[in-house]
Amino acid sequence: MNLFTNYVEIASMVLFGIGFTTLLLHRNMIKKIIGFSMMDSAMFLFLAAKGYITGRTAPIVENGVQEMTAYINPIPAGLVLTGIVVSVSVTAVMLALTVRLYRRYHSLDIDKITELCRKEDEEA
Amino acid sequence: MIHQLWQSIPFACILLPLVSAAVCSVLKPAAARRFCLSIITVVTGLSVYLTAQFALGAESYTYMMGHYSAPWGNEIRAGMLEAVTALFFSVVMALSMLGGLKKIGEHIEEHQRSLYCVVLLLMTSALMAQVFTNDIFTSYVFLEIMTLGACAMIVSRKRGRTLLAATRYMIMNLIGSGLFLLGIILLYDLTGHLLMENLQTSVAAIHASGEYALPLTVVIALMTIGLGIKSALFPFHTWVSDAYSFTTPTSSAVISSLVCKGYIFLLLKIYYRVFGLDVVLSTGIFDILLVFGVVGMIMGSLSAIRQNDIRRMIAFSSVAQIGYIYMGIGLGTAEGMMAAMFHVFSHALCKAMLFLSAGGLADASGNSKKFRDLRGAGFRAPVAGVAFTIGALSMVGFPFLGGFSSKLNFALAGMSAGGTPSLLVIVALTISTALNTLYFLRTVVTLYRKPAEDVSYPAEKGRRGFCFGLSLVIFSVLNIAMGLFSQPIINAITAGLATFS
Amino acid sequence: MAKIRNDYESSWWPRLIGWISGGSDELDRDLEKTLEEGEEAAAPEGDHHEDYHFTERISAAEKATYDRLFAWSRNRGAKLVRWFYRIASVLICVSIIALLVVTAASLPPFGDPSNPANNEVSQRYIEQGMQETGAVNIVAGMILDYRAFDTLGESNVLFIAACSVLILLRVPGNKSGAPTPEQLEAEADDRMYEPKNDMILQHQAALLVPLVLIYGIYVIMNGHISPGGGFSGGAIMGAGLILYLNAFGFKKTGRFFRYGTFKTISCMALSFYALSKAYSFFTGANHLPSIITPGTPGMLFSAGLIPYLNIAVGLVVCCTMYAFYTLFRKGDM
Repeated sequence: MNLFTNYVEIASMVLFGIGFTTLLLHRNMIKKIIGFSMMDSAMFLFLAAKGYITGRTAPIVENGVQEMTAYINPIPAGLVLTGIVVSVSVTAVMLALTVRLYRRYHSLDIDKITELCRKEDEEA
Repeated sequence: MIHQLWQSIPFACILLPLVSAAVCSVLKPAAARRFCLSIITVVTGLSVYLTAQFALGAESYTYMMGHYSAPWGNEIRAGMLEAVTALFFSVVMALSMLGGLKKIGEHIEEHQRSLYCVVLLLMTSALMAQVFTNDIFTSYVFLEIMTLGACAMIVSRKRGRTLLAATRYMIMNLIGSGLFLLGIILLYDLTGHLLMENLQTSVAAIHASGEYALPLTVVIALMTIGLGIKSALFPFHTWVSDAYSFTTPTSSAVISSLVCKGYIFLLLKIYYRVFGLDVVLSTGIFDILLVFGVVGMIMGSLSAIRQNDIRRMIAFSSVAQIGYIYMGIGLGTAEGMMAAMFHVFSHALCKAMLFLSAGGLADASGNSKKFRDLRGAGFRAPVAGVAFTIGALSMVGFPFLGGFSSKLNFALAGMSAGGTPSLLVIVALTISTALNTLYFLRTVVTLYRKPAEDVSYPAEKGRRGFCFGLSLVIFSVLNIAMGLFSQPIINAITAGLATFS
Repeated sequence: MAKIRNDYESSWWPRLIGWISGGSDELDRDLEKTLEEGEEAAAPEGDHHEDYHFTERISAAEKATYDRLFAWSRNRGAKLVRWFYRIASVLICVSIIALLVVTAASLPPFGDPSNPANNEVSQRYIEQGMQETGAVNIVAGMILDYRAFDTLGESNVLFIAACSVLILLRVPGNKSGAPTPEQLEAEADDRMYEPKNDMILQHQAALLVPLVLIYGIYVIMNGHISPGGGFSGGAIMGAGLILYLNAFGFKKTGRFFRYGTFKTISCMALSFYALSKAYSFFTGANHLPSIITPGTPGMLFSAGLIPYLNIAVGLVVCCTMYAFYTLFRKGDM
């Protein structure tokens, strides 16, 4: 067990759990989106921690040094870049959905919106 | 290895719709529609050719996406199973779009129709990438395209209910992709690879050494739950009914019969090509899937019986059908996987046809989807009525139709599994078939009953048109062909699965 | 009594409890209100008799039971369900965290060079990346050359998100050019909530916007030499455009950036990206000679396709960020 060496990973897992629960169980749409962002950021933190190697620098070739021992692992950094773009796109779409829902039902509470929606459907 | 020209087909199937999507965004709606339909048809043609090559005895191969070989660059892979899946997916995509053209015109505002075509093309590309990819992170990126595309397709018809449905869809799917991504990251940390072949070697080594047993189990569980949520496995199916029943028929057809199936195919691919069946079997996750699948089959059918709206009924019936597929996977045997794959195909063909024909029937009944207004709709819209009947019979498992062969496959797979699973599968199949019969036959009977005397239906705006009829006729023929000539398809799937790992 | 209760509600402890258990305060307060009202109403002879059609036939004792049940389901029952929901969500949260923490604790140790992730893959990226791709920035070389297929998919994720937001939020104009009611409403909202002709903002923007845009271009163009690249540079340029829009309004930006511009730039950049990558994939897979060479590492135009791809990605990201902003603000560009 590396409970204390892996403190960054553990912190990111705690954040992931909080974000996950917020996204799943909170009724407020904006808080749900915050939960989603938190979940994704926790994963990026985890990836960044996994790429790090003690005592090495960022993977940009300096002074022609190309030793494996000089740089950290570049792959997690690339994955984080891709992940961030995906996260930005999804957040934009979720916010747009929330704006539309708010304009129509004047509420951010998903349960309330569901109720209003049912009512509207029965009247129609 | 020098490739022959036909071996670039998977590459073309992914890149062609991707480039056309960008071009499609600047076209006028009518031109965009024609362009989109023709590109999807070209993709269908290409996958027919690819399948023919494999049927003639070509061997599976990997294709580098770039100048770097296995552990360094991206790769795609093509084999018998991938080719057949690509063929089915592109055929269903083309026919769903063809059959829904008129409704797209009615439901979607004019300035958004070319955007809808862009979304359809990107969806095709993402599905093809999902089928052919050999890299687990690529599959995550294209999985997000499918999620966002499905959301855009749901909201393209502007109603309060579609907005709510899309929101619920997004919430569940974001949870699913979050868990899936976490699984990928943990797996990368354990192995240091992202390509499936290298992953399999490393996973086998880790499993043999016994180190990291807990993280490996967690990874398998995370990926299974993530993709299970995304493909509407039973306890996570709450988004299904709204998402399928309020949007335009093409969207319902594409999401229910392609997007969900794409995730299931990806899950199978991960089981076979990343972990290997032995490793997954040793974690016991298949037993859980079997139970979830069986419960889903029965609960989905029970919910479907209670609906008084034809589209919602079809939506809940697809929850039950997803349960069938997971039951097949949960058996954990080669026969079970084969039955699950066969059901993916037969259900994709059948469900898209049911959604399209339900749209036509509702059109002929004053735009109402309620059963009481649908009385006699089978006479008012004959083609849609016949197509719906064929689809319903296939779902029930009437002989000579696709659904019959797949139920037979499930029963045979259950028999050969032995022990408790065998009993469970047989009992669940019996109950579920009885329930299916109950609600589908009731619908068909309703369609051919005399309408109440005092009801008059408003005249339809325009004809349903040639495209709608053509698409339903082709769908019906394919469903019948799937039942009559099931053996070649079964052989192809078996051969594909044998070389899959 | 009510005053004390209000004080208690606004103190930090109950708010902390409410926040931890993920409650939305407004709904709960409503519930409290109905709870109090319901109890008051149910305490004397309940007046829900109209709800039952068989009032006359039931005895007084039964009536009392029904009233109690009715009050219970309206108030205590709902409250119980809500409490159960909260406790269940905290439990779920804690159990997920516990499982993941145990998993994370049994992963390879943090920062150790002998971890399984530091294998031959990263070794080749570091030791030969500069020669093979021509990029000094190893990460840029990795995402735009070794694993370019992922990045191609990723730029299309951004594109499909832009399409979704357009479908959701765009307020279309009339063919005749006359504004529609929806457009007028959006304009009115925009006038209400957004700054107009703010002198301080305009002077600052006149200074800052050129600098921001030039910095964005620098980040994009040096993506293969230093930290940066298409995505970060594009986001910086998008921010510059948004600042310009905020200072000078839609009339000025409308001269050079409209919906058509967005469509054209996205289409050209994405199809260039996809086509050039398709060429590179095709030649790579079939081992054909390719006209793309790594060049001299460290030069501005080296590293094969990477700078051009960075420009394409930067344009797409810049336009998409600006489009997101304008669509959220008033539904058009």
